[in-house]
Amino acid sequence: MIEFTSVSKTFPDGTQAVEDFSLVLPSRTTTVFVGSSGCGKTTLLRMVNRMVEPTSGSIAIDDADIASRNPVELRRSIGYVMQHAGLLPHRKVIDNVATVLLLNGVPKKEAHRRSAEMMEIVGLDPSLAGRYPSQLSGGQQQRVGVARGLVTDPNILLMDEPFGAVDPIVRAELQQELLRLQRDLDKTIVFVTHDIDEAFLLGDQVVILQKGGRIAQVGSPADILAKPANDFVRNFVGLDRGKRTLRIQQHEGRSIVVDETGKATGVLAE
Amino acid sequence: MSVASETVDWLTDSANWSGDEGIPHRLLEHVYYTGLAVGIAALVAVPLGLWIGHTGRFRNVAILVTGSMRALPTLGVLSLVAIYSGIGLTAPLVALIVLAIPPLLAGAYSGIESVDPRTVDAARAMGMTEWQVLLRVEVPLALPLLVGGVRSAVLQVVATATVAAYISLGGLGRYLIDGLAIRDYPQMLGGSVLVIGLALVLDGVFASIQHLALGERSRVEAARRT
Amino acid sequence: MTWFLDNFAYVWELTVKHLVLSVIPLVVGFVVALPIGWFASRHRRLRGSVLSVGSLIYTIPSLPLFLVLPSIMGTKILDPLNVIVALSLYAAAVMVRSASDAFDSVPAEVLDASKATGFSEARSFFRVQLPLAGPVLLAGLRVVSVSTVSLVSIGALVGVSSLGSLFTDGSRRDFGTEIIIGIIGVVLIALVLDTLLVLAARLLMPWRSVVRSSGRSV
Repeated sequence: MIEFTSVSKTFPDGTQAVEDFSLVLPSRTTTVFVGSSGCGKTTLLRMVNRMVEPTSGSIAIDDADIASRNPVELRRSIGYVMQHAGLLPHRKVIDNVATVLLLNGVPKKEAHRRSAEMMEIVGLDPSLAGRYPSQLSGGQQQRVGVARGLVTDPNILLMDEPFGAVDPIVRAELQQELLRLQRDLDKTIVFVTHDIDEAFLLGDQVVILQKGGRIAQVGSPADILAKPANDFVRNFVGLDRGKRTLRIQQHEGRSIVVDETGKATGVLAE
Repeated sequence: MSVASETVDWLTDSANWSGDEGIPHRLLEHVYYTGLAVGIAALVAVPLGLWIGHTGRFRNVAILVTGSMRALPTLGVLSLVAIYSGIGLTAPLVALIVLAIPPLLAGAYSGIESVDPRTVDAARAMGMTEWQVLLRVEVPLALPLLVGGVRSAVLQVVATATVAAYISLGGLGRYLIDGLAIRDYPQMLGGSVLVIGLALVLDGVFASIQHLALGERSRVEAARRT
Repeated sequence: MTWFLDNFAYVWELTVKHLVLSVIPLVVGFVVALPIGWFASRHRRLRGSVLSVGSLIYTIPSLPLFLVLPSIMGTKILDPLNVIVALSLYAAAVMVRSASDAFDSVPAEVLDASKATGFSEARSFFRVQLPLAGPVLLAGLRVVSVSTVSLVSIGALVGVSSLGSLFTDGSRRDFGTEIIIGIIGVVLIALVLDTLLVLAARLLMPWRSVVRSSGRSV
């Protein structure tokens, strides 16, 4: 469990990124921070592994305040996946995956064995192990990033718009892959995105953020759709544009689901 | 006999290949001064440059200093240092070290700066200490530019060490300065050919090191780009 | 200070000589390098060899080059032409790379657009490519200008007078003031030329700020 208590962050240039933010992120679930740029979602995420220090307030993991932990050790215990994968360009794929294991002093052979296993789990061909990151496609690089984040079997995985830089088809593939992984691995995932569809797809708990890290609404996707807290949320999730308001129409003897404008979006299962 | 063939004679005369004033000894002196000056300069400039690149502190000062030091005429610096510290190895060596610092410093900090900040951020987020970020990520990725800095420093010092013969430094420059003074053109030209040869060889050596420093990864990247 | 005032005419004469010896190679180097650089940026295959020849020339230390040139060109050792030719070679060697990079920096879409709007090849060069290559060319010129001004003084060792003569003379007479005045003079010339280049660039390219880069000095 990760708990934010009255957390604020003001950057040295005066930007107030987060203001009095409190929230509990339950264990073994995926919490998605979603909002437009400047809403402080990445700042919130980066405070969990102390890449950003809060100006005031505290963050606790399993009731222990992280401020008292050594940042380097803390970071090694938490998986981190970022946009553009952030791979080390001068290390081979297998060494990139093994980085944190090696930092933790795991012998090289053992580290490589576990990394190879993890590559397989995230759906990477073992033949890629000896390549350099620049030789991989964007989707493959992102998978390497995920493998690197998971290889130490951390309880917590932080994902900062991890699929933001890949094309829509690959993104859909990676999203499904993450859902599958999460079913098997049961991590506490903190996921940041600006894409509400991605948030609803992946999140058990979705946090819609307004400027300054103010929470517009927290809840399951169904909660939010059923009872949007205000106009901001209604607008953000697309309820006001009719995209989410679906109706059933009969067509050729079957029940077709159409949206507000009458565009067909699916067929009702019978 | 033409000057060219006299020069060839001078270069091949066995009398010029032995003793303290012989070519091997002068060549060694030249390489020794160069190595010493660049080595000492590197001890100062490389750690400083890495620190500036890593922390981003004093970056503007570094740019200003390296930029304006380039405008200093080397002959002037040499002459001035020589007057105030007298004859001997110290004066020219100090001047050579001073002149080797800007390219080394620039190579080090621009090398670190050339590393993608997202890569550095990722390394830190994975739990690398600052030293590990520097030594395992920044320095390896900065290596080509770092070696490039050493390469220009070496060439700069080889050239300036030649000039420094005029304030009584040994090395190959002696042939040029002495030959010129006593109008012994074959000696002067032979010396010139040797200095040029030394510079070209050293440049070739460092070009190869730079290529190695790029490593397999970048050769792959380069191949993909073209 | 008194020495400077007493010898003002002499220092001024050397300054003018120094300036002339600096500016001629700059102009010659630029004019020679421009077409070669343009050619290299257009023909990728020749680019590599053109640039290697450039960097090879640049690798040759200045003093030996001053001394070797007379026997190649048949000039006298004391002839200022040796210094001018050597420095023009260096200037051209650096500028070829800058020019090639500069023309590379012109976006392909802009070239395409100018062709599509009916610019002839020559018009496109002068009206489109050259102005857009300007900032990178300027950066190259500034580097060459600084190093050329510094290198002119080495000519004093082979008897070609410039502010460098104050170094050799001061060193012979063990007279530091003379050397310091020489150094100040050289730095001032470099500064003035650099300022002129930047001003000229502002005048000719009002739409862009200035790019910086670096080079060597011996």
